[in-house]
Amino acid sequence: MSFQPVKFYQTGTFTVGNRLLPPEERSVQSSDKRFNSINSGHRACQGCGEALGARYAIDAAMEATNGQVIAANATGCLEVFSTPYPETSWQIPWIHSLFGNTAAVATGIAAALKVKGQTQTRVVAQGGDGGTTDIGFGCLSGMFERNDDVLYICYDNGGYMNTGVQRSSATPSAARTSTTPAVGSAPGNVFGQGKFLPAIALAHDIPYVATATVADLRDLEAKVRRAMEIRGARYIHILVPCPLGWGTAAHDTIRMARLAKETGTFPVFEAEYGEIKSVLAIRHPLPVEDYLKPQKRYAHLFGKQPKVDVIAHLQAQADRNIKRYGLLEQGTR
Amino acid sequence: MLKQMEGSRAVAEAVALCRPEVICAYPISPQTHIVEALGEMVKDGSLTNSEFINVESEFAAMSVAIGASAAGARSYTATASQGLLYMVEAVYNASGLGLPIVMTVANRAIGAPINIWNDHSDALSQRDSGWLQLFAETNQEALDLHIQAFRLAEELSLPIMVCMDGFILTHAYERVDMPTQEQVDAYLPPYSPRQVLDPAEPVSIGAMVGPEAFMEVRYLAHAKQMEALTLIPAYAAEFKAVFGRDSGGLLHTYSTEDAETIIIAMGSVLGTIKDVIDEMRQGDNGGHKIGVLGITCFRPFPLAGVAAALQHCKRFVVLEKSLAIGIGGIVATNVRMAVTGMGLKGYTVIAGLGGRAITKKSLHAVFRKAEMDNIDPVTFLDLDWKVVNNQLEREKAHRKSGPVAEALLRDVGVVAARNY
Repeated sequence: MSFQPVKFYQTGTFTVGNRLLPPEERSVQSSDKRFNSINSGHRACQGCGEALGARYAIDAAMEATNGQVIAANATGCLEVFSTPYPETSWQIPWIHSLFGNTAAVATGIAAALKVKGQTQTRVVAQGGDGGTTDIGFGCLSGMFERNDDVLYICYDNGGYMNTGVQRSSATPSAARTSTTPAVGSAPGNVFGQGKFLPAIALAHDIPYVATATVADLRDLEAKVRRAMEIRGARYIHILVPCPLGWGTAAHDTIRMARLAKETGTFPVFEAEYGEIKSVLAIRHPLPVEDYLKPQKRYAHLFGKQPKVDVIAHLQAQADRNIKRYGLLEQGTR
Repeated sequence: MLKQMEGSRAVAEAVALCRPEVICAYPISPQTHIVEALGEMVKDGSLTNSEFINVESEFAAMSVAIGASAAGARSYTATASQGLLYMVEAVYNASGLGLPIVMTVANRAIGAPINIWNDHSDALSQRDSGWLQLFAETNQEALDLHIQAFRLAEELSLPIMVCMDGFILTHAYERVDMPTQEQVDAYLPPYSPRQVLDPAEPVSIGAMVGPEAFMEVRYLAHAKQMEALTLIPAYAAEFKAVFGRDSGGLLHTYSTEDAETIIIAMGSVLGTIKDVIDEMRQGDNGGHKIGVLGITCFRPFPLAGVAAALQHCKRFVVLEKSLAIGIGGIVATNVRMAVTGMGLKGYTVIAGLGGRAITKKSLHAVFRKAEMDNIDPVTFLDLDWKVVNNQLEREKAHRKSGPVAEALLRDVGVVAARNY
């Protein structure tokens, strides 16, 4: 049977036409030869976005380097659920040192590989948003600034989920966490705080910065592949919904990631040397309510008397993203 | 080859002879000259096959060393004081992971009040971190200990701190015998790691360990340090065979054969103490039966060696540049463990904190008093009681008496060093 060129997305749906593509254009995950870098049997929750993101990203990195990847991992869910002694899900050389030093550990590995002339082996550092945007930020910024040959991947689920859903600097405005409870006159996380680390990474003028979500597998894989073509400091920030922390159904992880992107809440883009090169355009613009409503962490915004002003504030944040990153401009990618 | 050089430079050249593959540098006095010199050697090409990394903090310095060591590279860094405290989480992690990193600690006080001068508070705060700790008496020994440290660390798969007194050694110009590359290569084989991050043989390092095996992991770390008690003297002996010098080992005695009183100390102050002991034994008012025990290896602590060295004396005096606030001495507490049941009188003299000069005059006085059992169990050498009592009175009189350090300096009337 011969293959015929098809539109990547089937009209009117989000179905990825993978099976209709020629084998060389198919996603890494669709291949039975994928590395399974993080193997089955780990203890992630059902529907864990981080487990999915890590498998997509590290398998893509393995594919791009022909299996020559060493990973450094921050303390957090990914570390805990993948390596309860004496078991490990990792099929690649992997080290966990501390919560806040992952970027620096990766720098050390890259330096060792360089001095030993093993430059075909590449280093990936990975951590959650707490380990990246908060406690690991100093080491991460240092690694960026020195332009060390490391790809750092942040799996952002918007909080410290491993310790019981506390607020991080990546927790979105108004979201309920166990340290920003839905009580008082301004329930949930405060507005005007927090940071969007991809923008800070851009300010370092490093060779490559990208965002992605687990809803767009091919986009995520392409970004990892692109990152592995480049030497120097690279950063990919992947939105990974957390059923536990967000209060969403396990089967809705992909849907939530897609809604974050389609509402403009989470901008998906790619940048080189501080300049944005492309964005993943919104295909079906949706109001933020569609993204917020299914999540129990925003339940206090709805109910009998919806907090219209807060929802409008969140919509304004999304609109700002849409404008700033040009998310409604067609033909960008 | 004999050379006249600064202690920091001597250590940097010795480290370079050990062919370090990754060097992490972050500035903190009084360690900075060491990494500056190494950075220059890497940049001008005299030290090859070495990555010199300017990190953004001491926490990163130790973390980069952890990554590099786990990937099979011989890794080195240097720090002091606040820098050592800033990297503490990674310090424990390096030993827990069994990574043979060598680190110079240019001993300096810990603030507040901030103080850049020498004492042993920084290194001794890490006595339970799982690192071996070797204390140099002279610049020559500091240089030699680094060469031994890489060999020991890599054989044991444990990290080592080589401690040298900040400024007193790091910034002092002295004659040192710098070994040749051939000598060091003959003594120190290339690093052959026990575990390494390698795509050809993937391993997971640093996995979570629960109650079912954690105690065993910790016991094995202890057992390895106990092994080091045999290995350290053996490697010091081998060192002598290659380099022709006595350096390192667990401890050294001086004039202890007939000594009734033995002074115990670590680091550069041993030189001053030996001069005082010589004067007390010889001189016009000589005849004192007094000797010295210098501890080179503080971790592992040579309990048996200390007990053996003290077995014929009547009393010991631990003179230390550290203070366990709320109990007294740190070294003294360890020494007491060694002499349990021996029926010895023991005294602790806290001296030289924050760089206060330890003079021969003061040592003469305190040793003579100790010989007559006429000192407090914990004695503070050259403490300005007037200033201390003033402040105590002030605090009794006024609840809000202001910052202590400022108040004391106002009483003293100077902000610079005093003459003692």
